[in-house]
Amino acid sequence: MLNTSPALEFKSSTFFAPILILYTNDLTAIEQTLHEKISLAPEFFKDSPLIIDLRELNKQNLSLDFSQIIQLLRRVSFFPVGIRGGNENQNQQARALFIPIDTVREQGSTLMIGAEAAKQETAPQPAAQPEAATPKEPVRAVPVPPVSAAATLVTQPIRSGQRIYASGDLIILSQVSAGAEIMAEGNIHVYNTLRGRALAGVHGNTAARIFCFDLQAELISIAGDYKTSEDLNKQTYRHPVQIYLQNHALIIKEIA
Amino acid sequence: MARIIVVTSGKGGVGKTTTSAAIAMGLAKRGHKTAVIDFDVGLRNLDLILGCERRVVYDFINVINGEASLNQALIRDKNCNLLYILPASQTRDKDALTQEGVGKVLDELSKDFEYIVCDSPAGIEKGANLALYFADDAFVVTNPEISSVRDSDRMLGILSSKSRRAERNEEPIKEYLLLTRYDPDRVKLGEMLSLEDVQEILSLDLLGIIPESKSVLSASNAGMPVILDEKSEAGQAYADVVARYLGEKLPHRFIDGKQGFLRRLFGGRK
Ligand SMILES: Nc1ncnc2c1ncn2[C@@H]1O[C@H](COP(=O)(O)OP(=O)(O)OP(=O)(O)O)[C@@H](O)[C@H]1O
Ligand SMILES: [Mg+2]
Repeated sequence: MLNTSPALEFKSSTFFAPILILYTNDLTAIEQTLHEKISLAPEFFKDSPLIIDLRELNKQNLSLDFSQIIQLLRRVSFFPVGIRGGNENQNQQARALFIPIDTVREQGSTLMIGAEAAKQETAPQPAAQPEAATPKEPVRAVPVPPVSAAATLVTQPIRSGQRIYASGDLIILSQVSAGAEIMAEGNIHVYNTLRGRALAGVHGNTAARIFCFDLQAELISIAGDYKTSEDLNKQTYRHPVQIYLQNHALIIKEIA
Repeated sequence: MARIIVVTSGKGGVGKTTTSAAIAMGLAKRGHKTAVIDFDVGLRNLDLILGCERRVVYDFINVINGEASLNQALIRDKNCNLLYILPASQTRDKDALTQEGVGKVLDELSKDFEYIVCDSPAGIEKGANLALYFADDAFVVTNPEISSVRDSDRMLGILSSKSRRAERNEEPIKEYLLLTRYDPDRVKLGEMLSLEDVQEILSLDLLGIIPESKSVLSASNAGMPVILDEKSEAGQAYADVVARYLGEKLPHRFIDGKQGFLRRLFGGRK
């Protein structure tokens, strides 16, 4: 036989999936908070895969109807693709719904699905992550552990309708058009005109900042606190600025 | 191997078909064997502008479905024997246009032609996506108004992410701006965006400015691409566009309305 092409091939790869840590079993509160989060970045969350982390919930011994939370997530357009930290009962329910179960290892949790897994190998994180802050919001999508990923560099213009997501810092050399959306878990630097939406610290990093050469953004957000172009101050419009959070208020400061 | 040019815009009615006919004719007149394809299935406009609507027997979809050969479907232009038209179907539905089918037709044309011009339908749906998918160069046709500029920007995003070159990680499609229906008087009155306004948003390589001109309508009524009307400003502007695309360095004209000394010499606008 001549060489025939194979029917399939396995390749190892990692892909990005946010982790949803549940702190409550109150479905109404969960749904409400999810809607708020989604409204911040609808394009990003739409049809996004998601991993559900139940450890916090189980620590508090809160029971949860697993199939209901799955239904809820599907309704708001998430695709749950895994759970972790579930108890035996929850794992069984997940299996029945064909949702894979990820085992959480004791030392520095590793997730097999998700960009973090790959990066951890190169930059090991300190063990046991629990975020310093005690949760005030019932639901938060936070990566575990907080990763210091390498910066992403983009040299092409980001046009209307395009979306960029970086799991670390995001550095953009060209313009960002109105109708485009750029997001980073870390800082955002735009060495050009920023006309679209820019969301830094999207997983809750309140220390993240946005820097840009020419501020004409439709929306800016840091760790969920946002301003739309309507709220942007005339003084800094079309100026080079940095944007950061101070006591939950977005500060826009001209870079002299 | 042919160079594949897509004429695209996002927004409808901005001058894509006018431009496709003009530049295809311009390239052919300069000695390059050129085919121009109408991707606007269901509407069929290109053949009207090129004045060959009564010679259409088979169309693009027939070729894709294997009901006719390319040679049967291609119509040779009456004014220039290096220009061929592949018309769209008026009767078939858009689903007949498949990526595989389009790819095959373009491959076959590539063997024989130097340039293939794809006249895209408006919108960002399947037809428009297929028209740009195989492109090497994109002529982004934009009118000096904000909605058109926005749509062009959107199209540029698609060009840089959803084309074959993007998928294969090859050198990106070369993007050019064609600012059409430009009326310097209305720009001065603030009723239209200026070239600078448009470039501030799009920052593209400018191939040319096509002024708003009555000659476009009369040419299309006569079934003749406006580039053949050498006396009209629009015709000259398209001739410049073709020359620039082929590498000639020409200063941009028709930005200010006044045509410098030529205008003063010969008086009013044609
Ligand atoms: N430079 C111009 N000056 C005056 N009229 C023009 C010019 N360019 C185009 N037009 C007119 O605008 C109308 C639309 O042009 P055309 O059909 O080329 O646009 P299109 O982008 O192909 O439209 P569609 O999106 O429907 O395919 C036509 O009536 C045409 O005559
Ligand atoms: Mg058209």
